[in-house]
Amino acid sequence: MSILETAAQFGTYAVMAGVLIFALGVVTLRNLFHCALCLAAALIGTAVLYVVLRAEYLAAIQILLYVGAVVTLVIFAIMLTEHIAQKTVRQNNSQSPLAIVGLLGFVALLAGVILKTPWPVTQAALKAKVSVMGLGEALMGAYVFPFEVISIILIAALIGTVVIAKKDDAQ
Amino acid sequence: MIGIPLSHILIFSLILFAIGVYGALVRRNIIGILISIELMLNAANINLIAFSKYTSLSPETGQIFALFVMAIAATAAAVGLAIVLALYRVRKTVQADEVNLLKW
Repeated sequence: MSILETAAQFGTYAVMAGVLIFALGVVTLRNLFHCALCLAAALIGTAVLYVVLRAEYLAAIQILLYVGAVVTLVIFAIMLTEHIAQKTVRQNNSQSPLAIVGLLGFVALLAGVILKTPWPVTQAALKAKVSVMGLGEALMGAYVFPFEVISIILIAALIGTVVIAKKDDAQ
Repeated sequence: MIGIPLSHILIFSLILFAIGVYGALVRRNIIGILISIELMLNAANINLIAFSKYTSLSPETGQIFALFVMAIAATAAAVGLAIVLALYRVRKTVQADEVNLLKW
């Protein structure tokens, strides 16, 4: 039991490290297509973390929605806007050193705050299980109004996307 | 239960978020910026689910919030990429600093 738990712990940290490495690849690689593949890998690693945190339904949604839909969409956009990854095209602007310094300060500050804060970790929450049924009941009960708002946003985005991306007949 | 303290997950998602911010600040390509924004939203989702697992009294809440974030992220990606395609059709560029029509 104890060996299993240690192995699970080690595996979780390994997945976290992998996600961070792939995320670094997303922001540093030259070729945008490789960036999109790194993004897919990082998102799959995040789905694994969701399973570790006992959010199985969200892990499935993550794979379906992010890796299935969003990454495909990104790859489509990269393919449609071609010859942008040539060697001569600069991929970064000149803000890199400033951004690194600022973000290191940001991370140091927030990490200090996170480590100092006494988080109210409760045993009741650790033992609680979230079923898909419970999620659905919460979505239809306490959160029905945001749910409806999301549906309106989805319709608006659907129509807006078609209107923006379709060919303009006037031209 | 997994023996990982909450603070480790929070610091992990903090670093993920910082990487996303770095990409959004530094990339010239608009698609690269959109990808970085997806990374940031993902980091926020990990935080929400970690809080719902470790501290919440009603454990569904964090997961429902993460679901909403995912829906908004999908619409953001779709609309953003449509704008990129329309921009590429008109200006023949996807570099953010070359789109300076409104800048003086």
